[in-house]
Amino acid sequence: MRTFLWGFILVALFVIAFSRPFARADEFTDQDLKNWDAAFQGVMKEGEKLFHSALGTNAVSCDMCHPNATNTHPETYPKFQKQIGKVVALRDMINWCIQNPLEGKPLALDDPKMIALEAYITYERRGVKLAPGKH
Amino acid sequence: MKQGIDRRTFLKETGTLAAAMTLPVGLVKIAWGAEREETFTFAYISDAHLTQIEGNRFVRNFDKGLQRAVLEVNFMDPPPDFVVFGGDLAQLGKKEEIDHGLEILKKLTLPVKWVIGEHDYYLDLGKYWEEKVSPLHYSFDHKGVHFVTLASILTDDDWTHNRWPSPEERMRQMARLDNPQGSPFMVKKAQRDWLKEDLSKLSRDHPIVILSHSPLYKVFKPWNFWTDDAEEVQAILKPYKNVAVFHGHVHQILYNQIGRISFNAFMSTAWPWPYPVSYSQVPNRVPDITVFMNRADPFKERDATGWGGIDLAGGRSFAHHYQLWENSPRTLKKSPEGKHPKDTQYQNKEDRIPPQRHY
Repeated sequence: MRTFLWGFILVALFVIAFSRPFARADEFTDQDLKNWDAAFQGVMKEGEKLFHSALGTNAVSCDMCHPNATNTHPETYPKFQKQIGKVVALRDMINWCIQNPLEGKPLALDDPKMIALEAYITYERRGVKLAPGKH
Repeated sequence: MKQGIDRRTFLKETGTLAAAMTLPVGLVKIAWGAEREETFTFAYISDAHLTQIEGNRFVRNFDKGLQRAVLEVNFMDPPPDFVVFGGDLAQLGKKEEIDHGLEILKKLTLPVKWVIGEHDYYLDLGKYWEEKVSPLHYSFDHKGVHFVTLASILTDDDWTHNRWPSPEERMRQMARLDNPQGSPFMVKKAQRDWLKEDLSKLSRDHPIVILSHSPLYKVFKPWNFWTDDAEEVQAILKPYKNVAVFHGHVHQILYNQIGRISFNAFMSTAWPWPYPVSYSQVPNRVPDITVFMNRADPFKERDATGWGGIDLAGGRSFAHHYQLWENSPRTLKKSPEGKHPKDTQYQNKEDRIPPQRHY
């Protein structure tokens, strides 16, 4: 009986160790990577569309001053924004632009549009070293 | 014999008289001609991008820029001989936008020479511009300098005529600066042939100023800071010793020298554009000699915009004054012996200031 019990435990341990009925937290496949990248690219593309459309009330769009999202410097945020007099995040500046040159209403900070805009702006700056605080 | 004048005397005296009569005219010609290089000034206003929102509502910010330039140019003392408008009066080529611009520019008390930009062209391929504003390319002479205005914003026929479902869509596509579906600017063969012919009557040292919208050299293709047949145009200009090109489109201080041809850009009255060095994904050919203008402060609406005045002494030398609103003015000088235009204050690397660093 005892031998049988040990045998059962060993088999159970073997099954647990070498089978993966559910993915573990730290494991993912190439397909997962593709899916996640596709999800990001979808949001980034949505951000590109928003960046090139009139988000305010006056037909002005972000890309008119920031082609390819240049001069937005996402790698430098959060930073001390001299005109505001405190340390702010990139999304604060996105809202500043929507409110002022675009004469629109600010987005909620967790608005999917805000996430999409950040995805596009950051993607256009990919590969550039992080430089928080840099002016 | 005594009472008459013999043929020889007659010829001699009338010859002297004729020479005497032509002498002052000749002197005037010299004084106003290429040899003497009388300095005169012209002003340059560019890239107003007036944008219709709906009906008679236009973007306030851009209207203000053009209005301010008009006001300041009218107050220039002494006044310039004429004003060049460097293109992109409209944002989407609409009649309403062009009319609105003409209404504002009507307040200029000086003659205007017009250059067409892509934002004025791609809705109706320049039809309304030609009817209401100006021919697309032409030349004129002023105080011994030969000026040539080119429509440098043409592009290939297939993109222009077959690619888009409507003129409005074509205009929208061309209006997006960072458009991967865009098409490079060109002067094209017909206009190059015309240019060659137009210049052929000039001596090789006659001063020539070319006015174009896009730079007639290659800076950055993704944003059309670029003219695709620039080398062909430069080859036409190459035999002439004194050629200066002044252009708009790039919304920034930008200057270059290729052989004997100098190139100077102007700011926009509407908004500034980043330097292509700020786009980290694609290499650029921004000229090394350009000292960048200060990074724009978005909280100051008119910062990094403005207009320019050029004191021209033939094509050999000029002083180019950049009237930068919200910022110290900058001056660029090209002397006859200088290899290229130089900023009078910041040309040396050690004299530059932190706001001129773009990244």
